[in-house]
Amino acid sequence: MKLSLNRRYSFPASHRLFRPEWTQEQNTQTFGKCANAHGHGHNYTIEVAVRGPVNPETGMIANLTELDQFVQEKVLRDFDHVYLNEQIPEFRDCVPTTENLCRVIFRRLSGFPHARVVSVRIEETAKNSFEYRVDEHE
Amino acid sequence: MMRITRKLEFSAAHFYHNSDLSPEDNRRIFGKCNNAHGHGHNYVLEVTIAGEPDPKTGMILDLKELKEILDREVMQRLDHRHLNYEVPELAGKIPTCEEIASALWQILEPKISHGRLDRIRLFESPDLFVDCARNGA
Repeated sequence: MKLSLNRRYSFPASHRLFRPEWTQEQNTQTFGKCANAHGHGHNYTIEVAVRGPVNPETGMIANLTELDQFVQEKVLRDFDHVYLNEQIPEFRDCVPTTENLCRVIFRRLSGFPHARVVSVRIEETAKNSFEYRVDEHE
Repeated sequence: MMRITRKLEFSAAHFYHNSDLSPEDNRRIFGKCNNAHGHGHNYVLEVTIAGEPDPKTGMILDLKELKEILDREVMQRLDHRHLNYEVPELAGKIPTCEEIASALWQILEPKISHGRLDRIRLFESPDLFVDCARNGA
C-alpha cells in the first residue's frame, strides 16, 4: 500500500499561446483562439500530490501549514493574477500551455523539504486537465 | 483489468493531539485542529476495486455486496462518530486523513472477496484528499 497526500490550490492568471517566430496565421492555425493578440485568462486549479512516510508523532505525511506556505512562496505568490507570458521567467522562451505550466510548477515545488512531490495536476477549465507525474520507478 | 469505484459520504468528529508532546508543541504543530473539543468534516470516500468482469454476470463484483460491506465496515463504524474515541483501528493514532485512509485500507482489503482493493481516496474537504493505492498499481 502506498499513500499520497493531495492538496488543491487555485489562482487566476492570463496567457497567450503564441510563438513569436511564427506568423499570426501560423499561430492561429495551431493555437486557435488561444493565439488572440491580447491574451485571455483562466482560473487554474493545481493539485499537488506528495509521498513519504507517515510521521508517527503527528500522523501526517506532511504538515499542511508547511505545504501551504511552500506552495504560496514558490508558486502562488508569483502566479496569482499575472500574465504568465510576461511575468513568469520560465515562460520567456516557452509557450505557456498547461502542459508546460505543470512542468514549471512541478520544478518549483520539487524542493519541498518534508515529503516528495510526486505529481502536479492542473485543471485549466472544468473540461481540461493535465498532469506531470514522476516515474514510479525513479 | 478494469476498475470500478463506489463513493460514499460520512460525517465524523476528530481533533489532533499527541500526549507525548507539550501543549505548546501540540498547538504549534496541529494549530486549530488541536482544539480539544474537536471539530468535524463530511468525509467523502472513493473505494476502487480492480478485477476482470465475470463473463456470467458482466460484473467485477456484486455492487450490492460491496455496498453492504461499506455500510457495515465504514458507515456503521465511522458515520456520526468521534474518530479519536470510537474507532479501535485508530486508537493511539492521530486521526489525520492519512491515518484514516490507512485504517480503512486495513479494514476493507481483506473483506473484498471478488476483485481486489485497488485504491482508496479519502476527501476531508474538496481541496484535501489522501490516496492509498496498492503497491505496483
